[in-house]
Amino acid sequence: MAAPSVSRRLMLGLPLAVVATGGIGFYALLERMRSGSYNPQDFNNPLVGHPAPEFTLPGADGHQGFDRAALAVQKRPVLVNFFASWCVPCAGEAPFLDKLAQSGLDLWGIAYQDKPEALALYLAKYGNPYRRVASDRSGRVAINWGVYGVPESFLIAPGGMVRWHVAGPLVPEVIQRQLMPALRRLA
Amino acid sequence: MIPTLGHFALALALAIAAAQAVIGLFGPMLRDRVLLRTAPALAIGQFLMLCASFAALVWAGVVSDFTVKNVADFSSSITPLFYRVTGTWGNHDGSMLLWCLILSLCGAVVGIFGTNIPTSLRSRVLGVLGLVSGGFLLFTLTVSDPFQRIWPPPLTGAGVNPILQDPGLAVHPPILYTGYVGFSIAFAFAVAALIEGRVDAAWGRWVRPWTLVSWLFLTAGICFGSLWSYYTLGWGGFWFWDPVENVALLPWLTGTALIHSAIVVEKREALKTWSVLLAIATFSMSLCGTFLVRSGLLNSVHAFAAAPDQGLFILALLALTIGGSLLLFAFRAPNLATSGLFAPVSREGALILNNIFLCVIAAVVFTGTMYPPFVDLLFGQQISVGAPFFDQAVLPLTAPLILAMAVGPMLQWKRAAIMPALTKLWAGAVIAVIVFAFLLFRGHAIAALGLAGAAWVIIGAVVDLAERVRLFRVPLVQSFTRLFTIPRASVGAALGHLGFGVLVLGIAGMTLRVHTVTVLHPGQGVDLGGYRWVLDSIAPVQGPNYQARQATVTVTRHGKLVMTLKPERRVFTAQKVDTMAAAIRTNGVRNLFATFAGEDNSGGGEFQFNVHPFAPEIWLGGLIMALGGAISLSDRRFRIGAPVKKRLRKPAGSATV
Repeated sequence: MAAPSVSRRLMLGLPLAVVATGGIGFYALLERMRSGSYNPQDFNNPLVGHPAPEFTLPGADGHQGFDRAALAVQKRPVLVNFFASWCVPCAGEAPFLDKLAQSGLDLWGIAYQDKPEALALYLAKYGNPYRRVASDRSGRVAINWGVYGVPESFLIAPGGMVRWHVAGPLVPEVIQRQLMPALRRLA
Repeated sequence: MIPTLGHFALALALAIAAAQAVIGLFGPMLRDRVLLRTAPALAIGQFLMLCASFAALVWAGVVSDFTVKNVADFSSSITPLFYRVTGTWGNHDGSMLLWCLILSLCGAVVGIFGTNIPTSLRSRVLGVLGLVSGGFLLFTLTVSDPFQRIWPPPLTGAGVNPILQDPGLAVHPPILYTGYVGFSIAFAFAVAALIEGRVDAAWGRWVRPWTLVSWLFLTAGICFGSLWSYYTLGWGGFWFWDPVENVALLPWLTGTALIHSAIVVEKREALKTWSVLLAIATFSMSLCGTFLVRSGLLNSVHAFAAAPDQGLFILALLALTIGGSLLLFAFRAPNLATSGLFAPVSREGALILNNIFLCVIAAVVFTGTMYPPFVDLLFGQQISVGAPFFDQAVLPLTAPLILAMAVGPMLQWKRAAIMPALTKLWAGAVIAVIVFAFLLFRGHAIAALGLAGAAWVIIGAVVDLAERVRLFRVPLVQSFTRLFTIPRASVGAALGHLGFGVLVLGIAGMTLRVHTVTVLHPGQGVDLGGYRWVLDSIAPVQGPNYQARQATVTVTRHGKLVMTLKPERRVFTAQKVDTMAAAIRTNGVRNLFATFAGEDNSGGGEFQFNVHPFAPEIWLGGLIMALGGAISLSDRRFRIGAPVKKRLRKPAGSATV
């Protein structure tokens, strides 16, 4: 039997080449999932990689309020945490926020559609990890930030750029896998 | 104790699978008679071990042994017995065990029934199956262990997700998995043939029944899944182009192409290289689907929790199985002899056309499904590809398939003329045109095309069958007896095509559906689709592990009672989850579908009412297709073997050992 032509060999090697390319792509995707820079189930906030939107909020529970400019002038990264006293997962993430604050990360809270009394009770009960707490009674600022639901957190780099975001509670897995690498990238 | 034994049986199955792989693949090289007979025994042994392991897991579920994490997380003592059993495979780890069980079943079936296959080929097939099985057993045992224990055990389990408490779910995964995993046999045959360096008509004849079995299970599985989502999720849709649905459709498309191309291999010894590639591709699609669902790489309602570590493991398995087989293909396939010439217009030509379009559709679906993650990877953009893309891309590709489907079976092998086939189909053409014109006149262009296509395919299949039994050309009684004497494969093929036509009828009919969302107080009603829907009452109902509010809706037409619908809103006490239980009534050609979304403070209920014309035909069509596959499978040449001259049979049985 005559030896098969080169073109036939190449043609029949094509499936392998295609699959190998796809496989490398899948591998890259999985690696990015592991490092936390890609989450297919996540609704990525379009703010990531952009400056935080313009806003000014009054303080709550005796704290100083803040605005975009206050965030932008910080020398260290700030984790802005949208929360609410009526939100069950927020109470769930509270101990982990405390640990984060103890480790030296600046946490600024925005209470979303919350009443002052309920907020005070909540902070007294679950601890207050925040440097500043602002109140977003109308929820308008949350809309501008594209908040999907509380709790939701944004990592703001010095200068006011949003560098990382998570919709949902900051559980240890998210902190280890996503927040810490994001902080290291900023350092 | 029992779960530990199950765990041990699982480990033993892995050891047996490893032995099966080594002995199966190397036995034929050593030409050792004992080794050659060992592979089937090992395959059966592996299956028995996995049966024991799976039974242990089910037992742990039945007796609510909460020291098993799997049971504690997905079952509870108040869960009804039926769902304690089915809950075993309603989760990640348990379903992986089911996956392995079915894979080992495939090996056992080849070991027991594959007696007409040359022993060396059978040994290699079992070796390949053992290799694949070993990989997945290793995965199950190490990173996805269903027997993981917790101590101290919780007092009650978390319970089964209420959506999954449904008889549909009990049958859906096992059937679907049988379909998915069954293609491993075709895959193993392809790899074994590449190792032996020989693909011939006999290969086509061995590979086809196995492919047909998995194809019919996959068809039925997809069908049940679609039906389940239709009535449980309460959205009234039957196919959402959800990524997980798409990855189930992909092996179906390439598998359908394979059962057609294998005919050409069997009858004409052509398309050999292509069929081998299709067999590899089909099982690769199944594996790929498993990988995508398990790794959480796709954003889907069905997705298991994201587990990139498990994903990496499966990706490595995939690289070995798919990459290895394609590497073998790249080296061996160029040397496969090509033969079997034919003219473009012929049965072979029609089957190639079928293959081209099915594979193009598969490519389109695959691209659409994988586009969002890859765009994110390459360009960092988030996009989603939804139903509009798939509808617009797949429908035009289905049209030529539908057109050719009716003509193809009437063409002769090697060289055919198209006109005689078309003249037989004049009735189909006329009816299709009438249907088309009638609906186009009423302003439903898409439905007109779809229903006309359905009429064309259905009549094509009926005419095909009528031709084969020589209806009206010989006495009716003789025609009837012919129905049982002509090859069952042709009856099966005609039924398969008929089923597809019925399916198209259902899908096209669904484009004519109407629905309304409305708030009704008891006594009030609404008109929809020629029916009057009146809310009679809303009352509480107590279920086995849920409480419900049940609405009673009377549907009348021209003042005459048609039926009473009782949609419910259920609250599952254990999980504090509420679900909608839709009320669906059918008369065979249209469904009335009511869901009850909730109540407001004034006692009014929010309802969605739907009229779905031809909806039942979607699943009926799927089941007819599966039935066609089953009838084709009972063909004499698969049961007994093709008639071979005595002189030839003898060397075929012994020469290869």
